[in-house]
Amino acid sequence: MSTVAVQLEVRSSIKALAVGAVLSGLLVVLPFGIDPYQTILLSYGLVMAIAALGHNLLLGYTGLLSFGHSAFFGVGAYAVAFMVKYLHVQSMELFMMGALAASLITALLFGFVCVRYTRIFFSILTLALSQVLWSLAYKFYWVTGGSDGLRVPTPKLLGVSLPSGEDKINFLAHSYYYYVLVLFLACTFVMWVIVNSPFGKALQAIRDNETRARFVGIQIRRYRLVAFLVSGVFTGIAGALWVPLNGLTTPDILYWPFSGEIVFMSVLGGFHNFTGPITGAIVFNYLKTYAVGFTVYWQAFMGVILVVLVVALPQGIVGTAIQLTAWARKRFFR
Amino acid sequence: MSLLQTTKLTKYFGETHAVDAVDFTVQEGEVLALIGSNGAGKTSLVNVISGLLSADSGRIVFRDSDVTAQSVHDRITAGIARSFQLVNLFDQLTLLDNLALSIFSRQGMTRHFWTLAERHRAVWQEAFEILRQFGLESKATILAGGISQGERKLLDVAVAYALRPRLLFLDEPTSGVGTREKAPIMDIVTSIVRSQNITAVVIEHDMDIVFKYSDRIVVMHQGKILADGSPDEIRRNEAVTTTLIGTAHA
Repeated sequence: MSTVAVQLEVRSSIKALAVGAVLSGLLVVLPFGIDPYQTILLSYGLVMAIAALGHNLLLGYTGLLSFGHSAFFGVGAYAVAFMVKYLHVQSMELFMMGALAASLITALLFGFVCVRYTRIFFSILTLALSQVLWSLAYKFYWVTGGSDGLRVPTPKLLGVSLPSGEDKINFLAHSYYYYVLVLFLACTFVMWVIVNSPFGKALQAIRDNETRARFVGIQIRRYRLVAFLVSGVFTGIAGALWVPLNGLTTPDILYWPFSGEIVFMSVLGGFHNFTGPITGAIVFNYLKTYAVGFTVYWQAFMGVILVVLVVALPQGIVGTAIQLTAWARKRFFR
Repeated sequence: MSLLQTTKLTKYFGETHAVDAVDFTVQEGEVLALIGSNGAGKTSLVNVISGLLSADSGRIVFRDSDVTAQSVHDRITAGIARSFQLVNLFDQLTLLDNLALSIFSRQGMTRHFWTLAERHRAVWQEAFEILRQFGLESKATILAGGISQGERKLLDVAVAYALRPRLLFLDEPTSGVGTREKAPIMDIVTSIVRSQNITAVVIEHDMDIVFKYSDRIVVMHQGKILADGSPDEIRRNEAVTTTLIGTAHA
């Protein structure tokens, strides 16, 4: 049994948890060392990382490229905005529950149609369905605010509202950052367990070889649907966390280029490994923010980066880093 | 005692009668060779029985239950498994993972998303034991996409075997491998199958392999069964030698 023991040791979750704990500690202390603006930018990055993690459950682990994840992100954000406008809710925890339920229902409806298909057909279907939601948000302006969107004030966190006189920037850079961080860590842990579970293995089997997966007894469509639901809910949670940061939700986040950004994040970080989308989301967020401030042609700048990435670093940032580390180990520590 | 019985089983592809009202029986515990020239309908027959293709008409009875309309999943649960002519593996997963998936599936655990796969030590130990039986233990942690064709053929059979089937279809287990590798592959496969009392149906073109390893041979021609008998009976069957074997074994 020695080979099995070695195999299990290699796969040991302890190593991954230790690395995760160190990085989490770093994220906890980081706001004390950087200015509030940078902390808020990091919050945006962590929120998008949750969305990218959800997206990558489909892309990296199930082999399905969704071009419609803006729908779940937007549903999460609009669920919060509707709860504020029509139910006068202020609690962030209720927002999260509302967003979770709304994104779950949307993912169930979309998934029922989409998981019957794969490859380009799946991608186009998700794109088309997300555009239906975008047009509804755009046209039903008396409900959704149309292109003006809906405002979302500062929420109550764990029943505590923003003390009168406290600066909103300070709130977002401290209380809200830690709120986002806790949810980000929880989502990351849950996703990590999912992809390393027997269910996660089954998804990878479906990705690698659908026919063989069927002939080891995996019910393909059912598993894809569950992956789609989890993916949609994660992205919906991200949408709900994003909207108080932004203070406003507009149909832009339901539009297909926003789905493209989520895909970009996965590709940038590397969708073949677990931490790739997290890294990609954070890096993308900084890249976009500074590119927008640097030039009016920021889309062209981002386009060039995407081309370079696909051509030169198809494994993404994390994948390339892993390859370089392996090469260096072989070269210098043999 | 018959384990599987088909009655007037039919599958058409347009004008082509791939499986033409076939009555086919598999006895418990035997190693049966299914032979015939290309296009005879062997793989189509196995595809219909295993559920990859649906039957146009006819019945499939497995262990006294009609499985004709059952899904692939239900047929596997009932005890039917198969390997493929063109190897079907999970190439980006290790050999251990490939086998563990079959075991997880067999135990109904692939739905478990709340526990880590690596915690199920009994599954990994069983997967490793199967790899050892198939002589692949030294490659346990290598990705399935990175092993030789002969090893891939063995792994393909091992993945099906890990489902612990009652009836195992092996679609050309030695195709695409070197002449020297064929006999060792069949030695391993048949010894495992016989030791575990698994009934096996082997589709094969190599007549040396067919006559050496099978208890019974069924010959197909143009979608129908041309002959059915022991290796000696088939060797002496004039219709078979004329249409299939030619002068090599006559």
